[in-house]
Amino acid sequence: MQQRRQLNEIAVNRELLNGALDTPAWWKWAVIGLASVVIMGLVVFGFQTNRGLGVTGLSRPVFWGAYITTFVFWVGISHAGIMISAILRLTQAEWRRPVTRAAELLTVFSLLTALSFPLIHAGRPWRIIYWILPYDYARGIWPNIRSPLIWDPVAIGTYLTGSTLFLYVALLPDLAVLRDRTVGWRHAFYTMLALGWRGNPRQWKLQTVSGILLSALMLPIFVSVHSIVSWDFAVTPGVEGWNSTIFAPYFVIGAIHSGVSAVVTMMALMRWLWKWDNFIRPEHFDALARLLIVVGTAWFGFTLVEILFSLYTLEGSELAFRDVQAFQWPWSFFFVSFMMLAFFIPVPMWLFKSVRNSIPLMFWTSIMVNIGMWLERFLIIVPALSRKTPFVYTYGEYSPSMVEFAMMAWSLAFVGMNMLLFARFFPLVPLFESKESQIFTMDMKIGRATIPAVLREQE
Amino acid sequence: MVTQQDSPYNWGMVVDVDRCTGCQACVIACQAENNVPLNTENLYKEQRTYSWIRVERYWEGEFPDVKARFIPIMCQHCGNAPCEPVCPVFATYHNNEGLNVQVYNRCVGTRYCAIGCPYNVRFFNYWEPVWPEALRNQLNPDVTIRSRGIMEKCSFCIQRIRRAERVARRDDRLVADGEIQTACTQACPTNALTFGNLKDPDSKVSRMSKDRRAYKLLDEKIGTDPNVIYLARVEEKAEAVHG
Repeated sequence: MQQRRQLNEIAVNRELLNGALDTPAWWKWAVIGLASVVIMGLVVFGFQTNRGLGVTGLSRPVFWGAYITTFVFWVGISHAGIMISAILRLTQAEWRRPVTRAAELLTVFSLLTALSFPLIHAGRPWRIIYWILPYDYARGIWPNIRSPLIWDPVAIGTYLTGSTLFLYVALLPDLAVLRDRTVGWRHAFYTMLALGWRGNPRQWKLQTVSGILLSALMLPIFVSVHSIVSWDFAVTPGVEGWNSTIFAPYFVIGAIHSGVSAVVTMMALMRWLWKWDNFIRPEHFDALARLLIVVGTAWFGFTLVEILFSLYTLEGSELAFRDVQAFQWPWSFFFVSFMMLAFFIPVPMWLFKSVRNSIPLMFWTSIMVNIGMWLERFLIIVPALSRKTPFVYTYGEYSPSMVEFAMMAWSLAFVGMNMLLFARFFPLVPLFESKESQIFTMDMKIGRATIPAVLREQE
Repeated sequence: MVTQQDSPYNWGMVVDVDRCTGCQACVIACQAENNVPLNTENLYKEQRTYSWIRVERYWEGEFPDVKARFIPIMCQHCGNAPCEPVCPVFATYHNNEGLNVQVYNRCVGTRYCAIGCPYNVRFFNYWEPVWPEALRNQLNPDVTIRSRGIMEKCSFCIQRIRRAERVARRDDRLVADGEIQTACTQACPTNALTFGNLKDPDSKVSRMSKDRRAYKLLDEKIGTDPNVIYLARVEEKAEAVHG
């Protein structure tokens, strides 16, 4: 079965610190490539700010388009971290260990990207400060707390703070390892960040307890963040396809679907780029794929229920919206692609063990899910707006402009560049977790086979 | 917090669909009165035209028995407006005179109100509005020109309401019925539009709103409680038609 190579602690250090201490040759070129896309995005944003939102493809009544879609997409991706690090930690899933940090990191950077999209989307971004901060107090005007758009930055800000703390607490022991292996300014840098970590029992205990506490504290955010994002849509009685009570759980489960898939994509990339074959193993992909089968199927159930509920009313405007969404070019093409990419191709494939254990197949299926999930949000937002009300006189169309495509490319490059920059200075796979898992793993002999067995951690 | 005081006014409008001929005079009058940006060819192509009041035209029946139906739609100044609670910065709110007001200075351009509005009567300035040199001098000095990046919509010609209220306050009386004419009611050749105070039981709009033809757009469906009351078309077959 799955044979593990037992590595001693020196080997673990050497292999996992190869990103931070010996920078691979491709790293520089990858960062330069991504950074040029990021700069291009900033230039495009400057152009848009200078000319006005007319440079997008938005119209009336399709006032929201690709920007809001991408915002929801990145908030969805951010659910990776909380699923992997908090829930799997609390349920003591042993296989989570090598991916916790990368998942949490993906959360932090995708949240930063998501937070910038309402800013890119707004008509007067230089006034956005009024949005979240109480202002103009002399006249008694506060931000409108009835608006879900106020709760978006609040929920995402809370999630971002929690995730960053969680990431940092888990990073402390590894920072100390790096501190002890570097000289010069890097030594000073790690010394400052390591907060005097010496690895004594009290520090370990505090670190473990704070990790568990942060996991537990972040669980409510797990439900709230994407629920609030879904309320951006669900509270509008005027938009036929949005005004639905199912949106909150539907969006949360969709977010887990795309988030966990993004973790799979990232794990495959890490395995290829840094050759961490000893740590990120097929059994991890297998476990994530099993989780994805459950999540994906639950999400598909919600999708069916959402469509059924809305068709049940048989109202003219609802039918007009569904007609555009599923049967009119090019939305029909997007609809079929979304169904195939997000569910009908990957989920049945994951039922086969050979697929679950094949890293290239897992990579491509997880990419498929995320393309499908972007299309899902796009299909919810745009057709619903273009057929918003019973007044057929105001029906409209929308297609994204080059500016919007550039900003989407910017968001991908921004996350990728930040991940690579992080990997240059910190290990992406936690050293202490990997060592701990080596201790917890034992080889058991069952008949003629030697099977790795895992002890449960004692909290 | 500044609390809203009771006002003797609750501005509203009655639209007699039976009288509307679809001549679009109200649309032009509104455009001129409120400095609404010009609907150029480009704006039509981009589907970003402005019309604070629009006359929707629907065709009924099959050729040769075709009938054109017209319905003027402007901001309904809903008592329970879907656009108000969603604005994160209170750029749109309900004032004590029953108006749904838009505060241009406060708007950051999230366009959430436009998403919330089921009547599609909110307009976003995707571009900085420009007028040809020849039209610069016709701009109404009483009305702000909206810059790019913010929402705008029908204000029930709030500049005329404010002026009339100022005059009435000076004379220590209430604004009389018929004293305020919005640009659209003034321009309507068939008197299909009537503006007035719904709180005054003797005003023309109050009496008209008790007509058995009266209905409110989408009110039964989503409960927006608009301040604009429509009077249904009188059918030849004497069948009541609802919105």
